[in-house]
Amino acid sequence: MLMNNSVINIERLCVEFDGEHVLEDVNIEIMAGEFVALLGPNGSGKTTLIRAILGLEHPDHGKITLFGTTLKRFKDWHRIALVPQRLPGASSIPVSVWETVMSGQIRPRSRWRLFSRSEKMSATQALKDVDLWDRRRDRLDALSGGQQRRVLVARALACQADILVMDEPTAGLDSANVAALSLLLAGIKEQGKTIIVVTHELDDIEHLVTRAIVLGASKHQSVGYDGPPPVPGVFAHDHHHHHDAIIDKTPPVVGMQP
Amino acid sequence: MIALLDFDFMRRALVAAALVGLIAPLIGVFLVQRRLALLGDGMGHVALMGVGLAFLLGTAPIPTAMVTAVLGAFLIEFIRNRSRTAGDVALALLFYGGIAGGVLFASLAPGKASSSLNSYLFGSLSTVAAGDLWALGILAVSVLVILAIFGRELFAVCLDPDIAQVQGIRVRAMSTLMAVLAAIVVVVGMRVVGLLLVSAIMIVPVAAAQQLTRSFRTTAVIAVIIGLISSITGLAGSFYIEVPPGPAIVILALGCFAVLAIVAVPIRRRRKELA
Repeated sequence: MLMNNSVINIERLCVEFDGEHVLEDVNIEIMAGEFVALLGPNGSGKTTLIRAILGLEHPDHGKITLFGTTLKRFKDWHRIALVPQRLPGASSIPVSVWETVMSGQIRPRSRWRLFSRSEKMSATQALKDVDLWDRRRDRLDALSGGQQRRVLVARALACQADILVMDEPTAGLDSANVAALSLLLAGIKEQGKTIIVVTHELDDIEHLVTRAIVLGASKHQSVGYDGPPPVPGVFAHDHHHHHDAIIDKTPPVVGMQP
Repeated sequence: MIALLDFDFMRRALVAAALVGLIAPLIGVFLVQRRLALLGDGMGHVALMGVGLAFLLGTAPIPTAMVTAVLGAFLIEFIRNRSRTAGDVALALLFYGGIAGGVLFASLAPGKASSSLNSYLFGSLSTVAAGDLWALGILAVSVLVILAIFGRELFAVCLDPDIAQVQGIRVRAMSTLMAVLAAIVVVVGMRVVGLLLVSAIMIVPVAAAQQLTRSFRTTAVIAVIIGLISSITGLAGSFYIEVPPGPAIVILALGCFAVLAIVAVPIRRRRKELA
């Protein structure tokens, strides 16, 4: 671990699509153990930002560092796990729940051996954690949307990564499932892992969040607010209005300046 | 069956058919999952150009077709990566270019090359030479070895390319590998099944198997069984009723699809009741 415990560092990040600025001058440093909620209206670049962090989007400007290594040279991908926003949908070939969770354990460096006992154990534990162990032999696309999302969460959990990135993990989950997920996230937070959650509904995880980053505030800087979640309950419900309210009240400093 | 095995050429054809019945569905299961079911067809057409070229230049058909098909595999991945929407157009270009080039080269070739092109289109019982069998065997074994090493990474890429990339898997390299493997299967199958139908052995057994399976692995295993049954029986049948082996093998595979379609109905219903 690095001295300053910085796990993600983003400097002056700009991403354009067809000449349109999606992200502009983003500067964020995330420390180990933080629970970050990434907020903002649709189209504010939340998903683009996490895709850029993960090397899935190529920035036009700026520098991204993961665990002290620039993205280009970064090799320790086992330290990061992603829960994607999109559900797999209907599959051409049946893929079982178990195979989906185990797919998270596939790494180039393990291509010369079979899955290890501990890899299978963590997949087993993750499936039990999301309460879908009984469905492990079923086709993934035979499950409900909420269940499929839990499988994707289990796949990420099984990686036992240091950073867990979740893009709208609560989408399509009913309140009972959201409550279960928040309990799960609390446990992961206890272990000192870094969690980044893109979300619209903070309600059930708000008590876990240590930092909120709101995107889409101004034309020249994508990050409108970056700091501790100011007032409990402020993000809940109609977040569009509240984003503006937060930005009005709080100077867009905090975090780091270039 | 005894009479059939009395002939050297039939023994060689049977081994060649078994090889393609084994490896074709193993690649097909990845192609279908990645929605590239027609990639094998594209490769077949490109290999046809290689065969035409071999006639024209007087080189051996298998290595020439192999080189052409692998080049085609790189080309199609190159076009697919450059523009996302051009995937099916890229395949179409391969189809037309391959078949036009193949027939053109074969027609320009001296002798009666163009008439023997037919045996490459629909397969033939008598064209597997003893030397060919070695080449086909080595190609088939290399497909199995590559799958043993890279199979899981290929699976991850088929499942979700983005997640695979975040796991450190080289998605582009794996996609190209998949196209190259399809090219190898096409060349292994071109002698007995024929270039126009070889990709059916990649796709039809997989389509048949997935009707009653619940996992990727079982689908692959059942598809291989269907591939082996239809290629071996199809080849033997074509000997007795004197038709080209390719169509016989494919019709049998389609028969398996129809049978499993009927069998799958009660199985699925029972699974639903249990769940």
